Amino acid sequence: MSQKVLLSSKEINIILHRLACQLLENHLDFADTVLIGMQPRGKFVAERLTKILKEEYKVKHIEVGFLDITFYRDDFRRGDKPLEANQTNIDFLVEDKKVVLIDDVLYTGRSIRAALTAIQSFGRPSEIELLTLIDRRFSRHLPIQPTYRGRQVDAINNEKVVVLWEENDGKDQIYLINK
Amino acid sequence: MSELSVNHLLGIKYINEKDIQLIFETADQFKEVINRSIKKVPSLRDITIANIFFENSTRTRLSFELAEKRLSADVINFSAGQSSVKKGETLIDTVNNILSMKVDMVVMRHPNPGAGIFLSKHVKAAIVNAGDGAHEHPTQALLDSFSIRERFGDVAGKKVVIVGDILHSRVALSNIFALKLQGAQVKVCGPKTLMPKHIGSLGVEVETDLRKALNWCDVANMLRIQNERLDISYFPTTREYTQQFGVNKALLDSLDKEIVIMHPGPINRGVEITSDVADSKQSIILNQVENGVAIRMAVIYLLASKIK
Repeated sequence: MSQKVLLSSKEINIILHRLACQLLENHLDFADTVLIGMQPRGKFVAERLTKILKEEYKVKHIEVGFLDITFYRDDFRRGDKPLEANQTNIDFLVEDKKVVLIDDVLYTGRSIRAALTAIQSFGRPSEIELLTLIDRRFSRHLPIQPTYRGRQVDAINNEKVVVLWEENDGKDQIYLINK
Repeated sequence: MSELSVNHLLGIKYINEKDIQLIFETADQFKEVINRSIKKVPSLRDITIANIFFENSTRTRLSFELAEKRLSADVINFSAGQSSVKKGETLIDTVNNILSMKVDMVVMRHPNPGAGIFLSKHVKAAIVNAGDGAHEHPTQALLDSFSIRERFGDVAGKKVVIVGDILHSRVALSNIFALKLQGAQVKVCGPKTLMPKHIGSLGVEVETDLRKALNWCDVANMLRIQNERLDISYFPTTREYTQQFGVNKALLDSLDKEIVIMHPGPINRGVEITSDVADSKQSIILNQVENGVAIRMAVIYLLASKIK
């Protein structure tokens, strides 16, 4: 099993700042915008971005929620994926809001498809955007593309992109493993 | 991969502590789902479930049906009263006929103990026991423990007294198994005539003085006097039962501490508990009903994931 570092802690930080600026450019004061981090790993990206936006770019108020898509997956009873659901924590309605879905890695696009269905349970958003830290090119099963992308990666199917976060895994790092 | 250790939920006796925790953790998420404005998820859209009730039920049946619909399963309902069972069809024939219509799961209530176990050995479908005679009622016990966990944070170490007709109660038996598995202390309280002979072998203590039992416990689960199962007189009159084993507000207020009151329903108001107790803030009876849907969603979801 080989391992290759894709992004270091410093690079991740620069990319997160760039993504925060891009969000700011499109959403200004975030009055009509909500950020939705996808459970389990998109949560960290959403939290980091919120922190940067609030502390460094002085955005006063941002609504942030976390969405779990386990019950909306299209591979129930089909695979070896764990069934365990994570917490959904969205205590606001997304009716007429601009929703930014946030995840760490965009791969087949099936999770995003599930999220697009799941988000309807919380209202009808005026529009939905997608932000992903890593975009795995050439591996999509569905016609889904990110609005904001951190880094595009060419990875073949038996490779896996692993994203580590300091608050969860002890350090910030993104690497590619070949199984 | 986290999954249940069983393919059917026939009783708490056949599952382990890890299964209970997995059901609770899944039910936590479903509880959030059923409090959304759109209370439905598409998980089970390719699953068909038959609710087969050979015995009357309102709450359990509605709760199961709602849980199934919230998971987007297709549901068919069957009551023995209006069916060919009256014409002499056997249980296996009835169920196999229903399964020929491509049903994946059967939720069954039956007056005979062990009916679910029998069925699970003879038909090809996941079976959920929704009450089999005086044997078990596993989803009720799970939702009772889930409600205790919700109120106290944990079931382990809590003191629970089950009051009433222990002899005929499937709720009592399933609750004892579930509570003991999770490390709670359990006492049973009621007339000696309504105590099973070897109840002590389940690791529970018998207390015949209600006041003592209530002063000891954190939670009192008040069972209904099941007049339909009382073939002979087990106590002189309902009035006398109420005097000895009924909970009223005055008794609750005179205790050393504030205890939580549960009841599996339907309540005989004024018999096992008075109206002011049932409607007091110490009662979590309606929380139990709400949790019932979440628990049944979790059970059905986890069992359905094992259907190949």
